[in-house]
Amino acid sequence: MKSCLVVDDSRVVRKVARKILEELNFACTEAEDGKQAMETCAVQMPDAILLDWNMPVMNGIEFLRRLRKMSGGDFPKVVFCTTENDLAHIQEALSAGANEYIMKPFDSDIIQTKFAQVGLL
Amino acid sequence: MRVEDFDMFSTLLKQRSGLVLTRDKAYLLESRLMPVARKWNMKGLEELAITVRTRKDEALLRDITEAMTTNESSFFRDQKPFDQFRQLVLPRLMATRAAKRSIRIWSAACSSGQEAYSLAMILNDEAAKLAGWRVEIVGTDISAEMVERSKAGVYTQFEVQRGLPITMLVKHFKQNGDKWQISPQLRQMASFREWNLLGDLSALGQFDIVFCRNVLIYFDGPTKGKVLEGIARQMPQDGVLYLGGAETVLGITDKFKPVDGQRGLYSLGGFSTGP
Repeated sequence: MKSCLVVDDSRVVRKVARKILEELNFACTEAEDGKQAMETCAVQMPDAILLDWNMPVMNGIEFLRRLRKMSGGDFPKVVFCTTENDLAHIQEALSAGANEYIMKPFDSDIIQTKFAQVGLL
Repeated sequence: MRVEDFDMFSTLLKQRSGLVLTRDKAYLLESRLMPVARKWNMKGLEELAITVRTRKDEALLRDITEAMTTNESSFFRDQKPFDQFRQLVLPRLMATRAAKRSIRIWSAACSSGQEAYSLAMILNDEAAKLAGWRVEIVGTDISAEMVERSKAGVYTQFEVQRGLPITMLVKHFKQNGDKWQISPQLRQMASFREWNLLGDLSALGQFDIVFCRNVLIYFDGPTKGKVLEGIARQMPQDGVLYLGGAETVLGITDKFKPVDGQRGLYSLGGFSTGP
């Protein structure tokens, strides 16, 4: 079973995403912001990270840049999942090391397709 | 909906598009035809049925047909057929057509054009190998509205997230508000025409590769046979036909044979996967 860290400051979004990912057979953990996500990754790198952009304390892009510099931080497949839906943000995310990008709102089909495209399914 | 109205609409749709509607699909007919009734300022489906019976208005009949023909599509739908195209079909056909350096591809019942443009993206990736080749993608659909949508190449945020890798979105699309338009370069690679698969296909010319996926499932046996025979006349012996995952030629026509080890691929007999 693969693991996925769901990082989003919205409890509702985490709950919905978690349900979808568990149906896709992922073992999920959650973080409310980038700092919490860093702490989780420092203990154990997940196979996948579903990552919001706008969060308090540490936002998603800052987290991703730090993650990719960590030892083993190039391992997780990172899929952004955010309301930021413009080309400039998408390009910034890809430059920072994102593997895929989901523009909210999302559904199970979109998550499944994107996770399959980066080889997680 | 009254049974006689359902029967009248389903007969009309069968004649015009080949679409077979069983009575358990009455809800579908109702939900899709109500917007047509409203557009034509009618109170409901009963008035629509009366009008169809008494006045054979071509524009109205066309609206009814377009409303009922399914327009489900996505970029790189099912993925595997496109992997087969990139890794097997395209290289093989390039090898056998090295002298004339020309390949024609048909996206039959192309809906809003995602299949045709997915192929265009792959061909764009292979541009170096295809230098000096004439590669043509033709999309056809029974719906004038879908043909116009395909030509425009404009998609919603939802549509560009279904099947399209983000790198392809960044590479080939321009954002305009909440819509995404495919690049002029890719739009130039594909042309789109309104065409009924049940009509005469000869004017479309010959195609080396035909994508006709998830189309036959809406037809009855004899109509499937007619469509497949029509497609067969537009293909060379070593051409490749793609059908959808739930479709087959078996028991319908003996013109096409399954390509060995390649699910969903059919040929008139001349396409080989061997060395």
